[in-house]
Amino acid sequence: MIDFEHPEFEQPGFERAGFEPERYELHAAPLYSFVPDRRDFLKLLGGGLVVLVALPGAKAQESGSGRGGVGVPQDIGAWLHIAESGAITVYTGKVEMGQNIRTSLTQAVAEELRTTPTQISLVMGDTMLTPYDRGTFGSMTTPQMAPQLHRAAAAAREMLLDLAAEEWQQGKSALTIADGAVRNTSGATLSFGELTKGRKLTKTIAADALVTSASEWTIAGRDLKKVNARAIVTGQEKFISDIRLPGMMYGRVVRPPAFQASLASADAQAARAIPGVVAVRDGDFVGVACDDSSKLDRAAAAIKTEWKTVPQTNSRELYGYLKSHPSRGGTAVQWQPVDSGKSIEASYNVAYIAHTPLEPRAAVARWKDDQLTVWTGTQVPFGVRSELAQAFGVPEDHVRVIASATGSGYGGKHTGECAVEAARLAKAAGKPVKLMWTREEEFTWAYFRPAGVIDIRSGALDDGTITSWQFHNYNSGNAAIRSPYNIPNQIAEFHAADSPLRQGSYRGLAASANHFARESHMDELAHAIGMEPAAFRLKNASDPRLRAVLEASTERFRWGSAKTRPNRGFGLMAGFDKGGYISCCVEITVNNGKVTVDRVVQAFECGAIVNPEQLRNLITGSIVQGLGGALTEAIEFDNGRITNPHLAQYRVPRFADVPQIEVVMLDRKDLPPAGAGETPIVGVAPAIANAIFDAAGKRIRSMPLRLS
Amino acid sequence: MDLDINGVRHSVQSDPERRLLYVLRDELDLTGTKYGCGEGQCGACTVLLDDAPIRSCLTPLSAALGKKITTIEGLERKGKLHPVQEAFMDVDVMQCGYCNSGMIMSAVALLQRKPVPAEAEIRSALQGNLCRCGTYPRILEAVHLAARMANGAQHD
Repeated sequence: MIDFEHPEFEQPGFERAGFEPERYELHAAPLYSFVPDRRDFLKLLGGGLVVLVALPGAKAQESGSGRGGVGVPQDIGAWLHIAESGAITVYTGKVEMGQNIRTSLTQAVAEELRTTPTQISLVMGDTMLTPYDRGTFGSMTTPQMAPQLHRAAAAAREMLLDLAAEEWQQGKSALTIADGAVRNTSGATLSFGELTKGRKLTKTIAADALVTSASEWTIAGRDLKKVNARAIVTGQEKFISDIRLPGMMYGRVVRPPAFQASLASADAQAARAIPGVVAVRDGDFVGVACDDSSKLDRAAAAIKTEWKTVPQTNSRELYGYLKSHPSRGGTAVQWQPVDSGKSIEASYNVAYIAHTPLEPRAAVARWKDDQLTVWTGTQVPFGVRSELAQAFGVPEDHVRVIASATGSGYGGKHTGECAVEAARLAKAAGKPVKLMWTREEEFTWAYFRPAGVIDIRSGALDDGTITSWQFHNYNSGNAAIRSPYNIPNQIAEFHAADSPLRQGSYRGLAASANHFARESHMDELAHAIGMEPAAFRLKNASDPRLRAVLEASTERFRWGSAKTRPNRGFGLMAGFDKGGYISCCVEITVNNGKVTVDRVVQAFECGAIVNPEQLRNLITGSIVQGLGGALTEAIEFDNGRITNPHLAQYRVPRFADVPQIEVVMLDRKDLPPAGAGETPIVGVAPAIANAIFDAAGKRIRSMPLRLS
Repeated sequence: MDLDINGVRHSVQSDPERRLLYVLRDELDLTGTKYGCGEGQCGACTVLLDDAPIRSCLTPLSAALGKKITTIEGLERKGKLHPVQEAFMDVDVMQCGYCNSGMIMSAVALLQRKPVPAEAEIRSALQGNLCRCGTYPRILEAVHLAARMANGAQHD
């Protein structure tokens, strides 16, 4: 079967906790998924060879030489086409946002087809051309999509070998395949194109077809530079906001002054008087489309609006608010007494933060009669298609969403509000419309990483054995909520609250909050019983993979070395989520209440490594991004307004903040690869909190960590 | 109004107070220069004005008149990339790549001013450029490499 279930997650202590669906990533699949064009599309591909990968549950079938009667099962994960020219094209609903899956998935296909990556192109995240996909999130591409593509490519390879064997009337086993061609024992070659010429072959394979094991990889498992790098460094890569269609207009939304405001009145006369301006009011939506982007400010300002607002809470009262406003159906917290050992209690807070993608949300929408096409930066193109179909009351098969390159998402681009707004303006304008959110809109009208409160009660014996662990998380989520240490009968519960701000996915989800609280508290517990923090963790860690990262990071860091100055501090953490094991050690300096991070050593293990340099880049980037949530980022709000919606007020990491970073990657070729775009972000915050305590004797229990 | 962009003269009809970024992107379809904040805080819109790096989202058109404007599209000469572009590819800097145009332009300006910059000088020159994917360490490495390449040093 496909690798949906990794045996290593079945270890005691994990109880598969890391794989509970995260509430903030739940996006219901559409009730119906119409793909009327699929058969036509298969015809459109023309001749050659097509391999479809059936997902588990779908009946895999051999359809042989498909002349017309191709049975396409409902659940297709991906497909691969080798054209009569020999060109290899892979179709997947996944989306590239900088996590470099276009590169790593190309490697998977190149590996099995024994060909060079340049012969392969990927069509990604286009609801008309690619199979349905729930979305690019949860670090699922590498554990789920990469194996599917391995299998599709492996099946295609066997078909090519069969074709060559037939052509040469030779046994298949004597043939070899390399560099886009099959070769026989006498040295004759047939290129992929020669083999597929005049053919029309379709094969549906089960998801458990045989693939090359990681220990035998020659292309996957090695470095491959980003496949579209040249386009990026020359400015030729077209991001969503760079798309331009003939006759296209530019859009701007007129925003309410506060969340939950309703429109009392709108007067668009003055705006409509400007030539080339279309003004729209539809319910609470107000916006303009202009034939020239220079008119946007003037046109939007010319609309007079009045809004009815409602009183709301503020960021100063946030944490009390979350604990006192449980969602309906929430469970009550029940504390248990700690029977043996030393017992401590503490409460931790985590602020709302903004994803702050460098490219704010953008969309280009075009209607042709009742057919809508939207280019937008989203991690969930099929979900956005549903949003659009619902918003405009059109069938899903009238809507095409193309998720082109986007200036990243980090979990922040799941939803389609910008796409819906652009489509509404385009509908009124009768022309294509491009809508680019401003930075302030991105800071205000997107959604945030959930804030949260985490209360912990724990107990430990003098020898370091943890005897009690009670962990209650209010609002931030349940990712990595359970402790990976050996704690029988641990209690770890998530309590949903009515969030005063709109919240959703964020890189790593609640794993950042839960690791911050847990690993801060592990330090507090170690100090309470007078045990060295690394030894205390090892004492309670029996999972060999957890021990391995902890030992790797402390060894590289030279944990236990003496401090060179009294205001220096060392801190560490360890953890597990989404198939990845992490341990992070940091060295900091505290000067006049200011924390400087000098050095970060992070060990990470996510099974077999697919592309070492890209993995190193992702881990390093996660550490840098994590420094923002750890030290400076917090969304402030008051009465329905964000009060710091500018980069000058909301500090994200810059060059000056980058410490010396050392990444230790453990390659487990015997284990299937897991995703790596998220979990590496969870390390720095707790490690820094612990280092601050080491340096200044002060325990900071709130993210971002502020000494004063 | 005539603008000299990447050695080519462009005539545009526009309000002289209009910001250069929007003229480049929306009038001339030079979309390599990116919008990131419109407030001069992220550096994604960096272009060179007579070799000095400026934030095109804050620069009025009038300030660019009579000056040589260089954008990311203008770095390639006869099919040969600028050493900074080469180095960004060699080091495999990018994740999403959205910041790269502005980063590269800031780095090009730095190397023109200071052919062999120290690490602290690179950090300081690029402090106004944001990379949200956090590729800063690789960008530093790439700028060092570009300096070596431009100075004819061997590299591999």
